[in-house]
Amino acid sequence: MVSAPATLIEVHNAEVSYGARTVLCGASVTVRAGEIVTLIGPNGAGKTSLVRAMLGLVKPSRGTVVRKPGLRIGYMPQRLNIDPALPLSVRRFLQLGAPGKDYQSALDDVGAGHVVEHPMQNVSGGELQRVMLARALLREPDLLVLDEPVQGVDITGQAELYRLIQDIRKNRGVAVVMVSHDLHVVMAQTDHVICLNHHVCCAGHPEAVSRHPEFVALFGDEIASTLAVYAHDHDHEHGLDGHVQDSHVHGGQCDHGG
Amino acid sequence: MGGNATMVDEFLIRAALAGVAVALVAGPLGAFVVWRRMAYFGGALSHMALLGVALGFLLGIQPIFGVAFVVVSAALILSGVHGVRGLSLDTMLGIVAHAALALGLIVAASMDSVRLDLMGYLFGDILAVGWDELIWVWCGAAIVLALLVKLWRPLLNITVHADLAAVEGHNVRRVELLFMLMLALVVALAMKVVGILLVTSMLIIPAASARALARTPEAMGGIAALVGVMSVLSGLWVSYIYDVPAGPGIVAGATVLFALGLTLKPRL
Repeated sequence: MVSAPATLIEVHNAEVSYGARTVLCGASVTVRAGEIVTLIGPNGAGKTSLVRAMLGLVKPSRGTVVRKPGLRIGYMPQRLNIDPALPLSVRRFLQLGAPGKDYQSALDDVGAGHVVEHPMQNVSGGELQRVMLARALLREPDLLVLDEPVQGVDITGQAELYRLIQDIRKNRGVAVVMVSHDLHVVMAQTDHVICLNHHVCCAGHPEAVSRHPEFVALFGDEIASTLAVYAHDHDHEHGLDGHVQDSHVHGGQCDHGG
Repeated sequence: MGGNATMVDEFLIRAALAGVAVALVAGPLGAFVVWRRMAYFGGALSHMALLGVALGFLLGIQPIFGVAFVVVSAALILSGVHGVRGLSLDTMLGIVAHAALALGLIVAASMDSVRLDLMGYLFGDILAVGWDELIWVWCGAAIVLALLVKLWRPLLNITVHADLAAVEGHNVRRVELLFMLMLALVVALAMKVVGILLVTSMLIIPAASARALARTPEAMGGIAALVGVMSVLSGLWVSYIYDVPAGPGIVAGATVLFALGLTLKPRL
């Protein structure tokens, strides 16, 4: 018997609302040490809200989020919008996050060593993602939280970035939570997939999820069948806005963000 | 003649000392206003200052305390507002700022006991700064500058990305609140130098001028302070020689320095 890895974050039945709008309801997620958990789902499905709840940036209106005491999180936001009037080199950006480190080697580790003296506003999309990853890693985190880490990166760059994230997990044993749109990569490189559309539609091992009826309903038979061997009927349908259109049974008192 | 010359020197020295104090703190603080794109917020705060002046006279206290009270309250309220009924904060600022300016003018005009030197408050009256006011200006500037130095790193982190800063352990709400308070205090101080309508220029123009010369945020703050000091001294000099109003002279000086800065190539 091998004991289960430590739980880093436990989200239980969380509901997140902005004003009268509920973007997430009854979501439960467990992140364990060393595993890669990926959140997928259509735009506006509440992926970022779930991430924000996990990070403690937003307090769920219902449910609980428990982080392991002393948990060190390295966070990579979706985008960075630094005013051109701020003279900030990449080196200084890293220093702001973690003073007194070796920034050149931190950047070399993520393949962005050449931009160390560049202004932050001048680095390309792919370089910026790597720089932000370097900043997150400089904090020597137990958990990396990556919100759409390949956004604004070209196709080859995307594959490289995902490989880099894999390597980081392997070499440093750090757990990873990421939001992603790229289903193929997700399926290949993830331990645990959470398919989100206001509620957790389905969760589990990528292969199982790709066959799950709700996954098929969300992403369509065509995508699902390229990812899994077969697809079958599902128990509810989402409208264009993500609302569930017929009745079905699942955990919690869930109103699907309506 | 000799006695006359000392008198002239003295009011000019007081004016220069007050202007330099404000410029030293408005420069680096203004850099944050520029980086955080809050020029309009600073302008809105300054428009409310006249209401504070009127309040100060009504309560029989130093106008600068009335200004500090009104502007700080406004900053606290506005920092919690992110738009009302679908109207953006930008629009709300425009409404509140001008409503407060109008109300300030009405109250000022309807006071029987005192006659407010409106021009002085709207466009600055630095040449009339007394020794007692000079002490307040220096104390206020020193407090804000010390606080700014202490909060520099968290403030810079929040300016880069508020959520990232929060995850990395900074208390975003607290630091932003203190920034508002610093801004409110500097508005109250700068009002004496360049007047309510020109306060934002002391924050924005030196910082913008410093951009091309700076390689780091700290350098930009320092250069902005220096540009501010040069603006004050050149404005006062022009005002003294050619007998033009000092506040507008200072802003004109800053603008000339900014234009010169535009000819430089940014270093980072």
